[in-house]
Amino acid sequence: MSLHLKPGSVVFENVTKKYGAVTAINDVSFTIEPGNLVTLLGPSGCGKTTTLRMIAGLEHPTSGRILIGGKDVTSLPATDRDVSMVFQSYALFPHMTVGENVAYGLSVSGLSKKEAAERAKEGLSLVGLEGYETRLPSELSGGQQQRVAVARALVLEPEVLLLDEPLSNLDAKLRRKVREEIRDLQQKLGLTAVYVTHDQEEALAVSDRIIVMNRSVIAQEGTPRELYETPASSFIADFIGDANLVEGEILGQDDTNANVRIDTLQCKLPHRGFSNGPTKIAIRPDSILLEHGHTGMSGIKGNVTHASYLGNQIHYSVDSSLGELFVVDYRIDDAITAGTDISITFATKGMSLIAS
Amino acid sequence: MGTEGGNIVRTSFFPWLVMGWIGFAILPWYVIEDGFWAFEWVSDGYPFDSDYASALVQMTLGKEWLLPLIFPLLAPLFILKRIKSDPVYAQTLIISGGFGLSYLLGQGFIVGIGGWEFGVFESAFGAIETHQYGMGYGALLTAGSCLILLTTGLAATGCLRGDVFVTSAIGIVVALVATFVFLPVGKILFSAFVDENGLYALSAFSDNFFSQKIWGLGCLTSTVSCGVGLNSLFLAIMTGTATTLLGLAFALVATRTDFRWKKSLRVLTILPIITPPFVIGLALILLLGRAGSITQFVSEILNIEPGRWLYGLPGVWLAQTLSFTPIAFLVLIGVVEGVSPSMEEASQTLGASRWQTFKNVSLPLMRPGLANAFLIGFIESMADFGNPMVLGGNYDVLSTEIFFAIVGAQNDQSRAAVLAIVLLTFTLSAFFAQRIWLGKKSYTTVVGKAESGAHAGMNPLLRWVCLGVTIPWAAFTIVIYATVLFGGFVVNWGRDNSFTLMHYAEGFSVGWGESGLSWDGTAWDSFWTTITISAIAAPLTAGLGLLTSYLLVRQRFKGKSLFEFGTMLSFAIPGTVIGVSYILAFNVPPFELTGTAAILVLCFMFRNMPVGVRGGIAAMSQLDKSLDEASLTLGANSLTTLRRVILPLLRPAIVAALVYSFVRAITSVSAVIFLVSADHNMATSYIIGLVENGEYGIAIAYSSVLIVVMLLAIILVQKVIGERKLRRHNRVENTSHQSTPLTSSSPREKQA
Repeated sequence: MSLHLKPGSVVFENVTKKYGAVTAINDVSFTIEPGNLVTLLGPSGCGKTTTLRMIAGLEHPTSGRILIGGKDVTSLPATDRDVSMVFQSYALFPHMTVGENVAYGLSVSGLSKKEAAERAKEGLSLVGLEGYETRLPSELSGGQQQRVAVARALVLEPEVLLLDEPLSNLDAKLRRKVREEIRDLQQKLGLTAVYVTHDQEEALAVSDRIIVMNRSVIAQEGTPRELYETPASSFIADFIGDANLVEGEILGQDDTNANVRIDTLQCKLPHRGFSNGPTKIAIRPDSILLEHGHTGMSGIKGNVTHASYLGNQIHYSVDSSLGELFVVDYRIDDAITAGTDISITFATKGMSLIAS
Repeated sequence: MGTEGGNIVRTSFFPWLVMGWIGFAILPWYVIEDGFWAFEWVSDGYPFDSDYASALVQMTLGKEWLLPLIFPLLAPLFILKRIKSDPVYAQTLIISGGFGLSYLLGQGFIVGIGGWEFGVFESAFGAIETHQYGMGYGALLTAGSCLILLTTGLAATGCLRGDVFVTSAIGIVVALVATFVFLPVGKILFSAFVDENGLYALSAFSDNFFSQKIWGLGCLTSTVSCGVGLNSLFLAIMTGTATTLLGLAFALVATRTDFRWKKSLRVLTILPIITPPFVIGLALILLLGRAGSITQFVSEILNIEPGRWLYGLPGVWLAQTLSFTPIAFLVLIGVVEGVSPSMEEASQTLGASRWQTFKNVSLPLMRPGLANAFLIGFIESMADFGNPMVLGGNYDVLSTEIFFAIVGAQNDQSRAAVLAIVLLTFTLSAFFAQRIWLGKKSYTTVVGKAESGAHAGMNPLLRWVCLGVTIPWAAFTIVIYATVLFGGFVVNWGRDNSFTLMHYAEGFSVGWGESGLSWDGTAWDSFWTTITISAIAAPLTAGLGLLTSYLLVRQRFKGKSLFEFGTMLSFAIPGTVIGVSYILAFNVPPFELTGTAAILVLCFMFRNMPVGVRGGIAAMSQLDKSLDEASLTLGANSLTTLRRVILPLLRPAIVAALVYSFVRAITSVSAVIFLVSADHNMATSYIIGLVENGEYGIAIAYSSVLIVVMLLAIILVQKVIGERKLRRHNRVENTSHQSTPLTSSSPREKQA
């Protein structure tokens, strides 16, 4: 491994970005530790790509400070930042060969042609594409092009590697493979990487930490597990792996748990500092258990309005006194047909109190 | 990737400062009479002769007002060691550059060839003995240096993300467009307000502007001819209508019939580009003039006296319609193809007949395109100079009247200016109508999706009408061009039809004397001038156009729409107006250019620039912006990005821009005819001269030589630069993020 990386940190201090009257990023602050892979996750238009482009220097904040590797780079243009980026469309230069593409950044920063070509070769072997130097990008498959784009960014030995939806142009099967490759390479090289995606599953799979953004601000930041198990808001609960949001009431609590009533059922959930009274509860679709008929003593009564068979699971829409519920059930052999009366109970995991 | 202040800063403006000093202290400040490339001055009294001295020396020779120019060149020396983000750095450069540039231009306009140019200064400072000529090498270098200092300073304040190259490029384009488009047009506006005594007066303008000679309606009631303004308007409307209808017929035939020769119809669209504008008129004279072949033939059969009907409105109209129909065809073929087949199919599945579909669906969708074609025909007709010149007879139009006001016995510049303003008002109105009205009403039905389905066929009646119009018209066009090709080989067309090479011999004979090859023919002189000047102008035009389109497509800055408008404006300015305005603006200091080759090159650059800009915009919009951004994040600056990524990918657009500007420079007449001089005569103005003398044979021979040369040039450029095939991968842009149902993709192993 001939790369000499000095992974850097990324710090945003009260960064705001406005386009005329539209605020794309509103007073955002975060810190990305060196050597971490952090994902910016959120729906379209939440400001995650703008954030990434501000790290790259392709956009400049209206106010606030950006630090990379401890240095203030707020007013520095992209050219002068020690950061490289893998673009959603890969942005390989179509008139250059694979080798020329990877050597481009080296040669514009003053390396001799020979040295640049040598290091491009090493970069390509890093992503398993040795021997492809003389091909044109158009002669490669999508996955290979993607790896060329990664090699082109890596040979510059950046302090931070930025990836803008790197998997969105790959077909579903290839995605899992490539995201594992990216994660392996990042961990092997100890890179600081910032990864933008709108796909929560991808984010959960690759990240050390995730910053979820919504409407120009950070909605929640944490490890994948923290986000999934203790969502801070109904938005996070719903965005990171679907959730049903139901009304309930906290009846009382001990040191760790609250005693929560949901309709006719009662259960114990981590209290998360909430006080007694009405509350909301996020319930994962596979944490709702359905039983035929109204047999269950304590079950909530409901009626299945739709049932869709998806191979390894069945999706139900259930009408109940809690409202319309979305349920995932893996008991394929015990399918319930639409129109059937059922009773509802909850699993012991997959529920969380949410601020109302 | 250097972020260490000092070094970078010094290299960023130091060379430009040195250039400023060379211009100020070493090179001759004023223009050298012998010409830009004549260097006799080096051994002829330099550096102390007052004609050749640098500004530094001129100051001691009675031109003390040049002294303040030393400050903008001194001040930046004190900030060489400062870093870019230091506010003093930016302020010093902005103040130095801004002051230097405005002072330099200001003194150039204020002190002219006869001392003070404005009475105000004379009364304030008293008369001065001395005077000054136009700006020479020294003044130009100093002005350029000040401009770059200014833009570097602006970039340092964070303008355009601190990009010095982009800021300077915008500064340069703005300065050039201001000097070579806005200054001349402004000058015309001013001189229209000058009366006989050289004083500014509103009455002079209104008398001239509303004169009967321009707006008279005499022709409606009596035999007096109408005003030139009305004549032009009437002609332009007729030509616009005719070319639009014919263009539509051709477009329909080319796209919606199974007409066997429809592919070759497209060849028609190249013809007007390589045809000098008066050639059609010339060929019409040979066919339909009094001694024309067709006229003779018809008069013998029907035994009627050959008439002079061709010279006047009918002839000009016919010639313009022939000349500009291919342009309308080119515009409308895109429009007709752009109507989505699925809309027509939808109409037909709803039970409409072919005619109903055409009338109620296709035609309304084409309406903006038809209006566009009409306006282009209108502007072209207004601006056309060659055909009215050759065929106009007593039917005076604005473009030729302007010419005669300047060149004729009257030499009435303010009348020319007023006529130019009238002409400009017409074309600019059409230009604005096109941009404002059509900008809002674009029924683009071409969507990103690949559409299958064929265009609906036409109903039989429409089909026959279209074919019945287009086939004879195409045949007529072929006859016209055949006349051009053969006309040069006939002794005296119509009178003595025997074969001869004498016209070619007269124009293009070469001898073999003692000194080797000698160009004996009378046409060689203007021919080589034309080729040289066009060859110089072509790369400059293409470069300026593409640079401008890069700024427009790839950069965001304040005032961008104004910038775009300014660069496109010269498209709507007729050549005659440009010609007159260049004479008015560049005949006197500070820019003395008339009579030089430079004024021709500049004229071509700024007349043809909009085409380069449009081509560049179209090509660059198709390049994924992330290619630039990738290059930037890989450490390349914007200049390197432009050079190594964008330009190589724009190769086809570059070829098109080069060819087009070269060919346009060769075929241009209207502006050129004002700007040629004895030393620099151009082919087209030479041919017009021949036509005026009735020497049709050699005129036709010369025209066909030009056409052949241009064809060869097009083929050559395409062979040399050519299109390198890029097997570009399909860069699919996922603009809409498809949010997949979150639970469906993977089972979570968390079931309780």
